[in-house]
Amino acid sequence: MSKGEIVMGALAPHPPHLVYAENPPQNEATAEGGWEELRWGYERLRDSLSEKDYDVIIIHTPHWATFVGTHFLGVEKFKSLSVDPIFPNIFRYNYDLTVDVELSKAIHDSAAEEGLLVKMMENPDFRIDYGTITSGHLVNPKWDKPIVCISSNRSKFYFNSELMQANMIKLGKATRRAVEASGKKALLLSSNSLSHRHFTTEPEIPEDMSKEHITNHNQYLWDMKMINLMKEGKTKELIDLMPDFTEQTVAETEAGCLTWLMSALDFPDYKATVHAYGTVIGTGNAIIGWDPKKAKI
Amino acid sequence: MRDDNVCKGILVPGLPHPLLCPEKNEGWQRVRDAYEKARLELEESGAEILVLYSTFWPSILGHQIQAYPEPEWTYVDEEFHDLGSIDYKFRMDPEFAELAVTKCKERGLHARTVSYYGFPIDTGSIVALKLLNPENKLPAIIVSSNMYANRAESIVLGKSVRDAIDASGKKAAVVVVSALSNRLHTVEIDPKEDRIHSLKDHEWNSKFLEYLDKGRLEDVSQLSRQFHNEARVPKVVSFKPFWIMASIMGQNNLYDGNVLAYEPICGTGAAVVTLTPAEDTAGDLEYDEDDPEFYKGDREVLDFYDQPGMGPLEERDGD
Repeated sequence: MSKGEIVMGALAPHPPHLVYAENPPQNEATAEGGWEELRWGYERLRDSLSEKDYDVIIIHTPHWATFVGTHFLGVEKFKSLSVDPIFPNIFRYNYDLTVDVELSKAIHDSAAEEGLLVKMMENPDFRIDYGTITSGHLVNPKWDKPIVCISSNRSKFYFNSELMQANMIKLGKATRRAVEASGKKALLLSSNSLSHRHFTTEPEIPEDMSKEHITNHNQYLWDMKMINLMKEGKTKELIDLMPDFTEQTVAETEAGCLTWLMSALDFPDYKATVHAYGTVIGTGNAIIGWDPKKAKI
Repeated sequence: MRDDNVCKGILVPGLPHPLLCPEKNEGWQRVRDAYEKARLELEESGAEILVLYSTFWPSILGHQIQAYPEPEWTYVDEEFHDLGSIDYKFRMDPEFAELAVTKCKERGLHARTVSYYGFPIDTGSIVALKLLNPENKLPAIIVSSNMYANRAESIVLGKSVRDAIDASGKKAAVVVVSALSNRLHTVEIDPKEDRIHSLKDHEWNSKFLEYLDKGRLEDVSQLSRQFHNEARVPKVVSFKPFWIMASIMGQNNLYDGNVLAYEPICGTGAAVVTLTPAEDTAGDLEYDEDDPEFYKGDREVLDFYDQPGMGPLEERDGD
């Protein structure tokens, strides 16, 4: 068996608004458009992936929050309706997806070897979180690849960002090791926004773009700081700054997804490709790809 | 008993263990038994509608109120999925939910009903409704917990719900679904060895329960900020359940308190407490928290252009 590899990693945020705005047949709500900058960014990410051959998508999601360890989906098929608890008016999505349980279990075991507390989720009635579905849809709307879904352990709440990052660095390493041992080619998605202070009201027409902007300038400045580090390939500095960034912008990086991704990619020192930056109800969202092939050029 | 449109207040915990596996721990069983006692009190209270406020249902866009007439699903908790699935079918009161939203808007709040098939009702609401209202004798509404809301907004939300209760002409019971201390064990534990996560958490829980036992709801409400700092993992900006409960029930200490259980569930402080309007008061103290009637939006500390002017400084110090 040949050695498996991570063919690409991406920051792939999950505002359900982006699915809503595209009017896919799976979603019950319909829109007049909206958030084009981000949606076109996802188009560019999909274009960049079209040249890649990969077997599985591994998603680390903030919206499956666990407090006792990190959990992994352990059932092969899930088919149900996902209704967003925050934005039910725009996201009621019928999903039908397949899980690569073998790889899921392999990452689970590898993480256990790193000393992390882990658990397989084997209840077939489980409903998949909307973060996984949104990022999964926007990257691969055909859903023709199996996924691995990893919960976000909220150790940041119980301890601090530093401990959360230490655990996510271990999880990233464990993920890379398991992918390599599996012989599979994997796409990794960090399903999170950057700055994450929302507006607390919604326009009458959710896709009214005259109302969309970053919640405050502080968030914008921090988002740009972090994105520029990614563009410059300074991902270790990015990790060092992450606790401050998370604190200052109530960033969704608190869930550990991005730290996991950076670790799984072995802290890229090559330039990331920024496909888009935009806001959704005031939060900062970037679509960014890391192609390890670039490291070899 | 004092005659009041809100004829009962009930605090219950929301983790699924008392519903799904009470036999695994004697304390969880006692919480389950206390749920049953609370159910009986509720049945005898004369309540015609249940108003649930669940800290397990976070919202961002203002305040959401469940209005789907008969939500039905097979639910699995995202953390405790290995305990099994929960089939549910509940009875909501869409008309009352709409009335509550109208009253929220009249007081300046951003609020809306949610009425969608398949909406993910939260673990806490499911556990509370299954155990307190198993045959759906009472119609209910569920009110979300806005993660950014602080005290003023929460107090106004409670008053809005109270407005709706008074306008409806119905007797209501208020159910608040929340742990006291909320620090879970972050490792797997043998259920038999469950305990409150720390002595400090336990001491603060005990202090709150001592007050609640005496019916001192407003005192507990006034102490919520302190409790949040001392005994809560700060996942949200503030500890809101007693602000909401007190605000709906009248912001006083005129209750008969009944602590039916206090036990650890996975390290958290799980209490079942009932409050019944009473004639006697435990005493109203001097409070320093504001008592807002209307919500006027966030007051941004950085938005100094909206701050009152300080006037010119004196050129020299005067006497």
